[in-house]
Amino acid sequence: MTITLTINGVRKTVEIEPGERLSDLLRCEGYLGVKIGCSAGDCGACAVLLDGRAVNSCLVFAAKADGREVVTVEGLERDGRLHPVQEAFLDEGGLQCGYCTPGMLISAVDLLSRNPDPTEAEIRQSLSGNLCRCTGYVKQIRAVQRAAAAMRGGEENG
Amino acid sequence: MAERPDFAVVGKSERKVDGKALVTGKPVFVADACSPDTLHVEILGSPHAHARILSIDVSQAEAMAGVACVLTHANTPPMRHTTAGQGFPEPSPYDARVFEDKVRFVGDRVAAVAAESEAIALAALKEIHVEYEELEPVLSIDEALREGAPVVHDEPDSTGIYDASRNIVADVDIDVGDVTAGFEESDVVVETTCETQYAQHAPIETHVVYSYLDSDGRLVLRTSTQVPFHVRRIVAQVLGIAIRDIRVIKPRVGGGFGAKQEVLLEDIAGLVTLRTGRPALIRLTRKEEFVAARTRHPMRVRVKLGAGDDGILQAIEMEAISNTGAYGAHGLTVLANTGSKTLPLYNKAPNAHFYGQAVYTTLPVPGAYRGYGATQGYFPLEAAMDELAERLRIDPIDLRRRNHIRLGETSPIFEKLGEGREGVEQTIKSCELEQCLQVGAERIGWAEKRGRRIRNGSWVHGLGMSIMMQGSGIPLIDMGAATIKMNEDGSFNLLVGATDIGTGSDTILAQIAAEVLGVPLEKMLVTSSDTDLTPFDVGAYASSTTYVSGMAVQRAAQKVRDQITAVAAEVLGIDARELSLSEESVVAPNGERLSLTQVCQRAMYESDQFQIGATASCVPTESPPPFLANFAEVGVDTETGRVKVLHYVAAVDCGVAINPILAEGQMEGAIVNGIGYALTEEMQISSRGRVRNPSLFDYKIPGALDIPKLEVILVESYEPTGPMGAKSVGEIGINGPIPTIANAIHDAVGVRLKETPFTPERVLAAMRETSAA
Repeated sequence: MTITLTINGVRKTVEIEPGERLSDLLRCEGYLGVKIGCSAGDCGACAVLLDGRAVNSCLVFAAKADGREVVTVEGLERDGRLHPVQEAFLDEGGLQCGYCTPGMLISAVDLLSRNPDPTEAEIRQSLSGNLCRCTGYVKQIRAVQRAAAAMRGGEENG
Repeated sequence: MAERPDFAVVGKSERKVDGKALVTGKPVFVADACSPDTLHVEILGSPHAHARILSIDVSQAEAMAGVACVLTHANTPPMRHTTAGQGFPEPSPYDARVFEDKVRFVGDRVAAVAAESEAIALAALKEIHVEYEELEPVLSIDEALREGAPVVHDEPDSTGIYDASRNIVADVDIDVGDVTAGFEESDVVVETTCETQYAQHAPIETHVVYSYLDSDGRLVLRTSTQVPFHVRRIVAQVLGIAIRDIRVIKPRVGGGFGAKQEVLLEDIAGLVTLRTGRPALIRLTRKEEFVAARTRHPMRVRVKLGAGDDGILQAIEMEAISNTGAYGAHGLTVLANTGSKTLPLYNKAPNAHFYGQAVYTTLPVPGAYRGYGATQGYFPLEAAMDELAERLRIDPIDLRRRNHIRLGETSPIFEKLGEGREGVEQTIKSCELEQCLQVGAERIGWAEKRGRRIRNGSWVHGLGMSIMMQGSGIPLIDMGAATIKMNEDGSFNLLVGATDIGTGSDTILAQIAAEVLGVPLEKMLVTSSDTDLTPFDVGAYASSTTYVSGMAVQRAAQKVRDQITAVAAEVLGIDARELSLSEESVVAPNGERLSLTQVCQRAMYESDQFQIGATASCVPTESPPPFLANFAEVGVDTETGRVKVLHYVAAVDCGVAINPILAEGQMEGAIVNGIGYALTEEMQISSRGRVRNPSLFDYKIPGALDIPKLEVILVESYEPTGPMGAKSVGEIGINGPIPTIANAIHDAVGVRLKETPFTPERVLAAMRETSAA
């Protein structure tokens, strides 16, 4: 069957197999920042924004994305500039191997779009579906706090 | 003690050099760049823990449309080898084959299918018909050592096994002084036996390899590995092809923790590509990763301590029995490290004895795992020290102070026990353990909270602590090398065999080179871990990269610096020895400067042309230990037995932290992994040897909601033998949580847990046992 969806702002019509996962569709279409860690919704490495909300794309049938808007980690940059969450992860040491990072960034972007000034508990909650074996989460939590502050500052200035 | 100089680039929390590619999702991992004609490989695992393959019929699978090749023991090389990616000759037995007519654990390789798609390969696996003769499984240490136990490796062609007929892979026995006499002379003797579980590394990227033939017909293996050069050597050995016909490329790796210090899939991928001429991809599913990749060695370790009334240890005895599963990869060396990385810490004891055996079972295969045996040894050692402190009524911190190794001191264990063979004598040239104890105790509130048993409803709080050391590489065995060449814009290519698996080694090695060459980090262009392009390095293990590869980088940079100053000396007419490098220039004492661009342009285009560049190597002669003091406050729910870590403080002396934020990250990640190992992580294995919880849903690794308030304090020392004063920090942190939490649980509720993980059931059972007694 054929579906039409928007990926990182680009409208695409793609042929899909019955039962195909959104994660597989995205990787096939070249969005390789979507990582596969478990294919069971346990690790969060494949998280993308679906109509602005973070979902594990391995648990979403590709067919369900018909007519909807998907943002992957590749779509976080704007005009060649990194998203404040990406900058903050770099500055705070929020990544080591980088394999969980795309999903972690997506969850953080989702959170900050809904809650510009989250508490530490809210940050932990929002990252709790993204497993990371390298960092111990300390610096990722700090990175989200830093990004939140930067984005609030940006709004005030802008 | 040596002084730390002022640094320009070292000691700064620079961004990771690979960070931008990673946060933007660039296709930098193995599975991100496969050609459309790639064959997908799936592996058939054994359904039995122990069986002989009587027959295997692959004709239907081979006949399926889209199947390119099927591999079994009948059509693959029979070369015995070890999958352990260690220096040559490997200290692990040669007891594995690519495929064999015997299987030794549930999930052991039986066959592989390469097909046009994953779906076809999976369908073809179902068409392979195998007739097994089931053999009696061996499902525990005790079963393995039982008289008349089934022999796991009864084949005649395996080598390097201590006693195959008794399932004993390795046997280690060393003595210092006379422990029997030491215990007799002691006023107090304590003894404890602890058991640790099967645990998984669980890197978020599972094992994955992509193989193809390059335009000259050479086999290229792009693989998620910690040991690219060992992969090249072992694949050449197993497949019977020349080393020159293989190129191994390590792209970004999605975590290793020891699991990828193993040649696990590259042999099969290589065979598929050589047989078919086609690219091949093998990517383990999460389930396969749990069942058939590697684990930590479960161990039973007994520790006996004898001390005088003054708390000074008179004798330490440690006896470790390690379960090395179906194959002996890392069996001897992990076992030896259980003693060699723990016992020197308490060098005041004049008498010490370490005895250990590693045994085969028909269970999943342990391998290298961060901490590498020391983790299993520190549990009983530090639990016994806590018990000794209690018996002597000495504060646990004070007891450690009276016994731990110090600056300028040595331990006979260093020489007696090394990485599976004799070790290397060394004295401690940097040690801030005392300071670690002090700042850690202050931060956790030791004086105020310890022994108070503060109650909050059904929850009781307790404090525990422990100390430890690790090493920095394997002396006289490990080797790292680096090449640096200069470009005419004043930038440098840094080529290292060292293997960044997310640790940040590309970044810190570049920082070391940039420091020597007086340039900012962005002028160092790092290429790492490509056996065609970079010099040799043993790889990322044994906490070696900063200390060993870092020293190679420092030496290469110093050679390049000398070439630069020699060119500048000619131009400036000043003796090269008077010139220094800073801010991208050669600087003379009189303030005259020559930019690096000018130097390189002269060397490339103008006069006496040559390539400014050098290669250097490092084989360390010692392994300076980092030191760590751990403190934890836990809550124990006396109604449910649940344990919650509330606050964890780790004060670590890793020498100079080349990049503090990355050093902290190593500690934080290791501690959180260790907390999982202490509280929730356990591979549950059925009575038939099957892993019952092979998913990240059923095997609980910590998430962001599970971590305590976690503070890492870098208490820097300056290690005179290390690059820029650095030691290591990769492994040590994972050893801390088990004993620290165990001791805190005792402080809270008075029970000593002897078996990990400390599940609510075990805590409640221990509490009931204590109150019954």
